Amino acid sequence: MKVVYTDSLIIGGGLAGLRVAIAARQRGYDSIVLSLMPAKRSHSSAAQGGMQASLGASVKGEGDDEDVHFEDTVKGSDWGCDQDVARMFVNTAPKAIRQLAAWGVPWSRVRRGNREVVINGEKVTITEKNEAHGLITARDFGGTKKWRTCFTSDGTGHTMLYAMDNKAIELGIPVHERKEAIALIHEDGVCYGAIVRDMITGELIAYVARTTTVATGGYGRLYSVTTNAVISEGIGCAIALETGVASLGNMEAVQFHPTAIVPVGILTTEGCRGDGGLLLDKDGKRFMPDYEPEKKELASRDVVSRRMTEHIRKGKGVPSRYGDHLWLDITLLGRAHIEKNLREVKEICEYFLGIDPVKEYIPVRPTQHYSMGGIRTGATGESPTLKGLFAAGECACWDMHGFNRLGGNSVAETVVAGMIVGEYVADYCQTNPLRIDTKLIEHFMDKEKNKIRAVLKRSKGESPIALKKEMQQIMMDKVGIFRNEADLTQAVEELKDLHQRSRNIFLRNKISSSNPELVEAIRVPKMIRLAQCVAYGALLRKESRGAHAREDYPERNDRDWLKRTLAYWKDENEDLPQLEYEDLDVMKMEMPPGSRGYGADNTIHHPDTEKRMAEIEDIRKANPKADRFEMQQLLNPIELPEKFRGKNERIGRGFN
Amino acid sequence: MSEKERILKFHILRYNPQIKGDTPTMKIYEVQEAPGMTIFIALNDIREKQDPSLQFDFICRAGICGSCAMIINGQPDLACRTLTSKFPEGEIKLLPLPGFELIGDLSVNTGKFMRAMSERVESWIHDQDADNVDLDRLEERMDPDVADEIYELERCVECGCCISACATKRMREGFLGAVGLMRLARYATDPRDKRSNEDFYEIIGDDDGVFGCMTLLGCQDYCPKDLPLQIQIAYLRRKMAMVR
Repeated sequence: MKVVYTDSLIIGGGLAGLRVAIAARQRGYDSIVLSLMPAKRSHSSAAQGGMQASLGASVKGEGDDEDVHFEDTVKGSDWGCDQDVARMFVNTAPKAIRQLAAWGVPWSRVRRGNREVVINGEKVTITEKNEAHGLITARDFGGTKKWRTCFTSDGTGHTMLYAMDNKAIELGIPVHERKEAIALIHEDGVCYGAIVRDMITGELIAYVARTTTVATGGYGRLYSVTTNAVISEGIGCAIALETGVASLGNMEAVQFHPTAIVPVGILTTEGCRGDGGLLLDKDGKRFMPDYEPEKKELASRDVVSRRMTEHIRKGKGVPSRYGDHLWLDITLLGRAHIEKNLREVKEICEYFLGIDPVKEYIPVRPTQHYSMGGIRTGATGESPTLKGLFAAGECACWDMHGFNRLGGNSVAETVVAGMIVGEYVADYCQTNPLRIDTKLIEHFMDKEKNKIRAVLKRSKGESPIALKKEMQQIMMDKVGIFRNEADLTQAVEELKDLHQRSRNIFLRNKISSSNPELVEAIRVPKMIRLAQCVAYGALLRKESRGAHAREDYPERNDRDWLKRTLAYWKDENEDLPQLEYEDLDVMKMEMPPGSRGYGADNTIHHPDTEKRMAEIEDIRKANPKADRFEMQQLLNPIELPEKFRGKNERIGRGFN
Repeated sequence: MSEKERILKFHILRYNPQIKGDTPTMKIYEVQEAPGMTIFIALNDIREKQDPSLQFDFICRAGICGSCAMIINGQPDLACRTLTSKFPEGEIKLLPLPGFELIGDLSVNTGKFMRAMSERVESWIHDQDADNVDLDRLEERMDPDVADEIYELERCVECGCCISACATKRMREGFLGAVGLMRLARYATDPRDKRSNEDFYEIIGDDDGVFGCMTLLGCQDYCPKDLPLQIQIAYLRRKMAMVR
């Protein structure tokens, strides 16, 4: 039996995983990163538009700070997020971006003087201040009060990931490539590492560690059309679920991005609309102002996606052989801007659509994009039920996004969570020496070996690829942007059937080494379980919140549903996950539930909301001299690792 | 929408070094073309319907991650964004990228190569103070044009096309190749990196470095990101020639 020991095992080599590895390494702990491919190819690299951090250097970001970012994030989440975590996040984001600047990200910078921008379809001249020249600039994104999204052209994720991986290489952190974690090793509520399959040789290796951090990204590939990379299959979440001890939070919270190209679903960044691009219908009419007169194209993603879908349903879509779509018009931004700041978009249009977006409209449609749900963790990033298991980034339900994530908050989360969780991972390594019985390792190793052996031996049964396609279609058709009881009930039943069938997978290619079909055979049953968590969670949640939109329950229902769904799979022989709920405590909220300001407010309020508002009012009155930092401590006291507690400096404002 | 759907003929090199006794052979697969079909879509179709053992690498399938470079009808390119409609004869020959360790069929180990390259050129900001930066304070300023210039050089996706198209690399095993020279040029442009020309000379001041380049410019011709490799290699060479 091959066993590899380390202090900090990280599953996933994207931004979050690498950042955790760096944090642990810098604290003196041995770290190993497992990755399905070279780390620089992780899906983090596909983040085009930018990273939110309230630096407020650009003139359109003036007045921005942690408080405004916090408000936007909580509103964006439709009050579904954990406000402690959102606070930790917004306070640390400026530090994260500044650290990345020191590590080599060539953030686009403020240029003093006049520049022409497009706002609300009009050309406008804005004047950047002399004293801000050379600081990190920002662009506009949906759902934000200020221009807060820092960027490098439209290759933000690429430059961040390259800087991060290069830093990891500098520190000598090994990345074990083409290795897939297929099960977690655990006993009595403690996680000890993972059973890992070498995707070239097929060998199973036990990686044993004091801490195990899952950072495997989202589960977009549960859907047939998604912007996500082909590896975003949620396997890290699934192996946590399969422990029966760790839970997955809010799996039904799935975001659809308004502008993926038709038919292949490749993303064009929100930066297109942030920089002034418009959405048009089949008559060339700009329709978003009719639905959302205030934020228009730059309403939150969930809102824009629903409005687009509504508009298509009204017969205003552009017909095509791939179904109806709408147009994204960036022609008004001009060639120079597109070739500099929206260059990846231009390449994508040229290569995949054969069009020039400087002159032609881009066919777009809302498409699965982001997984708000994931491995439920506390504020330190550790699973509350499985000690030593941490999660960071999209695969985690650390829960700063609640039921809808703001554009630019995703890559921001990966690095900020990586910084914060990385410190707690190091703390855990410090206080928890590794004690493990090799029998336990053998037990998990044998279990996985036997599963693979059984699949390879079976002479007839189900094709894993066929099962996957069926699952993806069910999710697309019945667990999509708009949801209802009848569709969801069917989806749950059909997925249950697929789950049973997935016990009988058979392969045409019967070799245990490098074998893409065997990879599918290992993954597909796990993916079906995740799909079941999404569909079942969506069926039971009888309200609409953020990206979870129930046609039969259109109102947000704080009274009954201000809670987080927790999915467990406690018994392997079960055919459905077990769902539990965790209340969000209104009485501890810095920002009690209110209206997001989209459409009519039909919220059913929580009885505590008024009480908490009155309480906050009293606290404010009792502390008339408290500044915004003291007030935050009074309303939402949070704990951050010591090194991230300082106030953030801004131009023209100092540390206030 | 009147494109008639052709039957494409894919000639693919098949070889799995993990199977003892396996020998490289070319196999032919027929695929019905669909509108907008890319090689990514076609290869997945073959894997699903004809041969589940076929190995290839795709991650982002959007031309961003650099995983899927292969030799397509004799030329290195990213397979994910290559439309089958580009080939009027409907014959598409696919070979794994040369210059890298073969994993199987069309899959090669670029990761191992690129990690070694990064270690060799020390692909990170060299600044003793980088880890002592006060993260609470305003970041160091950078001229906006310099930031843009660095980004231009940082758009490399480590796909390996330049290595496979390099005749020098073919003759000289230890040659760094355009990807490594470009990476170094990126750091040489970056004011945050405190390395001197003398430091860079230690890394590339020989025939395995910038002086080995024969200026055949296969790298420039085949870079899917249109990076200015030719100019940057020339700049570096001039800079290095001035060191001694």
